Amino acid sequence: MNAPSVRTGNPWRRMLNALLSRPTRGQMVVALLCGLLGFGLVTQVHATSSTGGLGAARVDDLLGILSDLNSRGDRLRAEISDLEASQQRLRSGAGQDQAALREARARVNTLGILTGTLAAKGTGVVVTVSDPQGSVRAAVLLDAVEELRDAGAEALALSGVRIVASTPITDAPGGGIAVGRHHVRAPYRLAAIGDPSTLAGALAIPGGVLDTVDRRPGAHATVTRSPHLTITALQPLQRPRYARPAQ
Amino acid sequence: MIVAIAAAIGVALGLVLQPTVPADLQPYLPIAVVAALDALFGGVRAWLERIFDDKVFVVSFISNVLIAALIVFVGDKLGVGGELSTAIVVVLGIRIFSNAAAIRRHLFRA
Repeated sequence: MNAPSVRTGNPWRRMLNALLSRPTRGQMVVALLCGLLGFGLVTQVHATSSTGGLGAARVDDLLGILSDLNSRGDRLRAEISDLEASQQRLRSGAGQDQAALREARARVNTLGILTGTLAAKGTGVVVTVSDPQGSVRAAVLLDAVEELRDAGAEALALSGVRIVASTPITDAPGGGIAVGRHHVRAPYRLAAIGDPSTLAGALAIPGGVLDTVDRRPGAHATVTRSPHLTITALQPLQRPRYARPAQ
Repeated sequence: MIVAIAAAIGVALGLVLQPTVPADLQPYLPIAVVAALDALFGGVRAWLERIFDDKVFVVSFISNVLIAALIVFVGDKLGVGGELSTAIVVVLGIRIFSNAAAIRRHLFRA
């Protein structure tokens, strides 16, 4: 075994003395080599850590690593194409959703005008019925409304009350007309949005609305075409009590 | 004293400069470092046994490094570079361990 042959003196003290003693020329060379060793050590450690250990790897290992990386790249590429496909799917789905939303908005607008929950504007006619003697009854105005509907009127208002499909027009006790819950008196102003010439033509046919009104004693009706007619009167929306959508 | 300072300077230089190892030297540097470590441990052991000699240390240091590099070089040429590197590391590792054991016995008497 390598049992120490020299045991004289404390080795720690010897080390301390050597550390404190003046260097000889021989020690200079040793020091140079030790410095070189430290330099090489640090350089190698740095090279190994900076290349991830690849610099010291052998060809076989590198080939294994390379094929590993290649298969991983293939897997990742497949994943990319999968994700791109699903992105495409989602994007087209979003487009369809947007189209459906636009469609639904258009529907809401149409229904709002039909049910009288939205103000409406457009071309149309205004029929003014003067009736100082109170001889124009509800039936006449109802005829006028029906005539305008037949001629394609899309929004109607009688003296500031919106008229929709369910609005009743009846004679009010003590003169005047009851339109739904409202009570209106002459002169009546019937506004209709639609094609002005068609509406005016429908009112003016012989024996039609205008003739009927003019035959009443003291009553007179005039039709005014308007390129910019606005109907701001609204009807509250009534939920159906009995009817439900049938799917 | 000067030996410790020089080693510290070498480490500091390596840290500051962060040199890149030339591609031609890459297989040899780690083996050379291990060989130099072996020489260093042998030198410390010799010093503790009071048979240290500057010249012997310098020659053994340089020859260790050169022979290790040469073996790796020849191994690379023969296509067994990896195996020979492993062999050198094993042999030098055993020597380092036995030297370290001797140093330990000197310092701690155990």
